[in-house]
Amino acid sequence: MTKAPVLILGARSDIGQAIARAFAADGHAIQLAARNSKTLEAERADMELRYNVTVTLHDFDALAIETHDAFVSGLPELPEVAVSVVGYMGEQAENERDPQAAARVLRSNFEGPASILATLANEFETRGYGTLVGVSSVAGDRGRATNYVYGSAKAGFTAFLSGLRNRLAGKGLHVVTVLPGFVATQMTEGMDLPAKLTAQPDEVGEATLNAVRKGRNVIYVRRIWWLIMLIIRNIPEFIFKKLSI
Amino acid sequence: MKLSGWGRYPVHNARVETPRDEDAVRALVTGRQSVIARGNGRAYGDSAINQSATLDMRQMNHMHSFDEKTGQLTVEAGVLLGDIISAFLPRGWFPLVTPGTKFVSVGGAIAADVHGKNHHKEGSFRNSVDWIDVMDADGKVTRCSPDKNAVLFDHTLGGMGLTGVILRACLRLRPVETAWIRQTTLPATSLNAAISAMEDAQDATYSVAWIDCQATGDDLGRSLVILGEHAALSELPAADRQTPFATPKKTKRKVPFDFPEFALHPLSLKAFNAAYYKAGLKKEGTALVDWDSYFYPLDAILEWNRIYGRRGFAQFQCVLPLESSETGLSELLRSISAAGTGSFLAVLKRFGEQESAFSFPMEGYTLALDFPMSEKNYKLLETLDQITLTHGGRFYLAKDSRMSADTFARSDDRVPGFQSQRTKQNWTRFSSVQSQRLAL
Repeated sequence: MTKAPVLILGARSDIGQAIARAFAADGHAIQLAARNSKTLEAERADMELRYNVTVTLHDFDALAIETHDAFVSGLPELPEVAVSVVGYMGEQAENERDPQAAARVLRSNFEGPASILATLANEFETRGYGTLVGVSSVAGDRGRATNYVYGSAKAGFTAFLSGLRNRLAGKGLHVVTVLPGFVATQMTEGMDLPAKLTAQPDEVGEATLNAVRKGRNVIYVRRIWWLIMLIIRNIPEFIFKKLSI
Repeated sequence: MKLSGWGRYPVHNARVETPRDEDAVRALVTGRQSVIARGNGRAYGDSAINQSATLDMRQMNHMHSFDEKTGQLTVEAGVLLGDIISAFLPRGWFPLVTPGTKFVSVGGAIAADVHGKNHHKEGSFRNSVDWIDVMDADGKVTRCSPDKNAVLFDHTLGGMGLTGVILRACLRLRPVETAWIRQTTLPATSLNAAISAMEDAQDATYSVAWIDCQATGDDLGRSLVILGEHAALSELPAADRQTPFATPKKTKRKVPFDFPEFALHPLSLKAFNAAYYKAGLKKEGTALVDWDSYFYPLDAILEWNRIYGRRGFAQFQCVLPLESSETGLSELLRSISAAGTGSFLAVLKRFGEQESAFSFPMEGYTLALDFPMSEKNYKLLETLDQITLTHGGRFYLAKDSRMSADTFARSDDRVPGFQSQRTKQNWTRFSSVQSQRLAL
């Protein structure tokens, strides 16, 4: 018997697919949303075969804010859980020089995901139940020279999720903030990441499933990042501004 | 990055690429002078290592379609047998042929033409393959099967990746009623007795013998012969018949560090083997065993290869023709126990008839075991090579990590034919450290 659908916004991403697989393995129907969604047919067929659940494809553009209402009302069924994995890092050097590139990073990581989750939050609230998940990043815990354009957008998104959680808590709805540290994905391909701190996408998938089931609020993946960011966040500014990390 | 096989010896620096789709594979194959595809790294030696370009195919792991009427499953080469079992055993399907680990990729299973405990009855992996898509050095993809492009098919199965890159395949699964195996354990007090027992059990679907390779004298080759059949629904206790595919969840233990060398001291090996044999005597008779424990006992210990320490180990597997099996096996076992070295358990299987372009199995008996890497064992392995050659046997390339080109050529008269096909069919771009070592 299939469980209620889970919507993955940003289904082309490795983390998005890992989260989809975790929920599919748990018996949920899956709605994969991405731009040009029909090019995800191989992933859709694979997920259906592997997990014996219904998997559907939906066109979705996080940056086209004006389409978000129609997107939600166009879903065959309002999902029980909606996960936004939408994100885009770009190149810090380019983001510093080029305002358009920076704007794209800010919109992709904050404005777009916040907008769609807001629309879904309103629908979930009317319905009376549901869980929203936002995949943010530890980069949002503190802005640092090597990636602050991306980091600041994520910081905004994390605060948005926190506020949303506060608003919906009294109404029986739940919001989960997932804060991955380093993850081995297409987005970080070619980067030299320390092995012990770098998670596989499937770890993020399992951790997200777990957090939704247990009603956790904020989770770090891998868990060590909670400690790392606690330290980073508490370094006094006069010291931090001189570091290169 | 550093690559090795499951035996963790030898280790080579190699450039690893991870293609996610056919186009990416094409760009790599046409763009490089020398490549080899790699699956999940369960070959023991260097067959999936090419220093200039190793294609890690694990990201090409989609399942495409499944036909419930025929059991035909179409998958990309990076799908693991374990994934197939997770997805389809609950629906009543199991691989027709499976090796001793479920962590092999479909591409790897095809390239090695793996075999299981049912070879005497159902042959090797090729008997479950309907067709394969293989990409050649020019990036062209050919679909081959026993009836179409048969030369490519016949050479790709067992061809160790040296005929092209396997992209996807259509496999036929077998229908099963439950996830349980009805296992029969027959202790055999000597090699003679073990072979007799296995000859008498030709009708059993699955058969294997675990040999105490440390036993000497009259006990030489004492073993536990283990037969198996897929249990029918009616064979399950009434309480379990509602959920025939539910099996106890096995805790996977992980070997957390490399064991120190003294863990494999001759005395501990002797003690372990003796204890295992005695435990087997107690289990004589029939029992219901879950599929995971029956087919994949070692998979329960993740990273068991670390028990052999940082220097790694070498696997030895040969097949001896039927007429020389008993004498050849006796000689092999005598050499091994005399050296006081060897693995925890040696495995003996009966092979049925098979005549392929390059696959390992032929009718007779196959013995597999492993040795920690050391000077002494290296020499022992060469002795075992010679004994095998004297008795007309040959070697399993998926296990080999150190055989010489000369020994290999002497063991298999199909080698010159394979070499000339490689040139004729323009397959020479596909090569591995192993194929270089063996002059293929």
